[in-house]
Amino acid sequence: MSLLIGTFTIGCILSLLALGVFISFRIFAFPDITADGSVTLGAAVAATLMVHGTSPPLASLAAFAAGMLAGTTTGTLYTRFKINSLLSGILVMTALYSINLHIMGKSNVPLLSVKTLVTQSEQIGVRLLGGATSFSLLGWEVSVRDASVLSAVALAVILTGTLLYLFLRTNLGMAMRATGDNVQMIRALGVNDANMIIFGVAISNGFVALSGALLAQYQGFADVGMGIGMVVWGLASVIIGEALVGTNQLGLTIIGAVMGSVLFRLLVAVALRWGLSPNDLKLITAGFVFCALIVPQFLRKKRLGSAHA
Amino acid sequence: MLEIQNVSKTFHPGTPNEVRSLRAVNLKLATGSWVIIIGTNGSGKSTLLNAVAGTFLVDEGRLELAGRDVTGWPEHARAQLIGRVFQNPFSGTSPSLTIQENLSLAARRGQRRGLGWGLKESLVGRMRDEVARLNMGLEDRLGNAIGSLSGGQRQALTLLMATWLRPELLLLDEHTAALDPKSADLVIALTEHVVTRDKLTTLMVTHSMQQAASLGDRLVMMHRGQIIHDFEGAEKRRLRPDDLLARFEDIRRAEQLDESAAEMLAEQYV
Repeated sequence: MSLLIGTFTIGCILSLLALGVFISFRIFAFPDITADGSVTLGAAVAATLMVHGTSPPLASLAAFAAGMLAGTTTGTLYTRFKINSLLSGILVMTALYSINLHIMGKSNVPLLSVKTLVTQSEQIGVRLLGGATSFSLLGWEVSVRDASVLSAVALAVILTGTLLYLFLRTNLGMAMRATGDNVQMIRALGVNDANMIIFGVAISNGFVALSGALLAQYQGFADVGMGIGMVVWGLASVIIGEALVGTNQLGLTIIGAVMGSVLFRLLVAVALRWGLSPNDLKLITAGFVFCALIVPQFLRKKRLGSAHA
Repeated sequence: MLEIQNVSKTFHPGTPNEVRSLRAVNLKLATGSWVIIIGTNGSGKSTLLNAVAGTFLVDEGRLELAGRDVTGWPEHARAQLIGRVFQNPFSGTSPSLTIQENLSLAARRGQRRGLGWGLKESLVGRMRDEVARLNMGLEDRLGNAIGSLSGGQRQALTLLMATWLRPELLLLDEHTAALDPKSADLVIALTEHVVTRDKLTTLMVTHSMQQAASLGDRLVMMHRGQIIHDFEGAEKRRLRPDDLLARFEDIRRAEQLDESAAEMLAEQYV
């Protein structure tokens, strides 16, 4: 049971990453690799600040801001200096590796003896339940600590998802969606599309960095290598989410990205339980995204082929 | 209203693909006039429209719109003065956004876009009225993604969007060329209605001699990046499609003469 709750918790934390990837890849059709660096950046900033005594919520907010800064850099490279979108992301991601090391001062910052959002929500949970350390749910013994962390994270995700949904329906948010949809049209309506892209990639990386900050607090350390392959992870979640909701309605796609992330984490946990080597995880993830990208094409071709026959 | 002074534009200068699309074009539009541009393929008629819209910056010359020098303005800045409808019916709308979201984007053309709610109740009410006037039954489908509509419906909506806030200048770039005849007639009727109702200063490129003869109060004909004919007033009103076709025939003959003359010279001297 503890394992299952842990899986859900990580799935929820990474759904913020999925939302970030959703913004860049789906709304802007901008393949933003910066995210690999932003995950670590968020973790590094939050961990370092908390070790130096900053309050956990403030440190997480700072991580969000740092991610936005990284995204702004990528967006600027792409729009102002006309560098290819992938390359812009790669440049910033590479630079972030050194920056992250500088922020942390070493390659790994442990958070075991530090007050974090996780320990705080554990305390709140224990207090709410009058000091009990576990309760039973449908016959399962559930640790209060695990349950309160999961509730806190789920609450945070619901809040962030709702905010994102509302934002995308404001005048500014609609202009951003239209920018990814049809640049010619949005320019003709007086929107500076370069600014929209910069802002969008900034928000995207803010989400990703926040996800990294929460992940570091949950697992109890920030590590310079924790961001590797995270873009593909997020993309896999978004793709699964799209398959789950099967529509491009805005609210549902956001819910889908969150559900996709949790489900993907669940699949991974099951696979690991069945004996998949953790070393193969990234390979399997990449393979999965590859399949998800080509299967629709393949099906379309097949359908066309049978229509001709 | 609009003044195009000595505007030139060359694409790919200094390469084998060099194209001198506009050669010192001069055109002055009076407020409220509706000018039709026709011309052969590659004559620079769409390029002229794009130069005004700011799709690219011109090499030489000056563009003045509503008393302001817009020569160096980027495209999105000029949009506060200009409404546009493109040849491709898919270019003017955002497919994954709904009809009402597209319209609400248009309702803030050239204005600041902040965190205000995009779909205000009052705005949606006006949308329903305006869309109902298109007689396409779209007023009950305002929440549908615009990508699900036909080209004709999308072009009608693009026109509505371009003129939602009264533009100083309306640019129509062969906006019925990609539509089926019935939709084209519908969009043209709509265009006529809006332009005359709001007395819009309009610059319209068309390939249809029928439209060129029947619409507008002035007609210019372009060839090889220059304006070669300019019909106004009574002269414009007398023009028939056949007259225009005859003019094109003249151009063709002149070109053939050039070619055969060049061939003859080559035979004699090379």
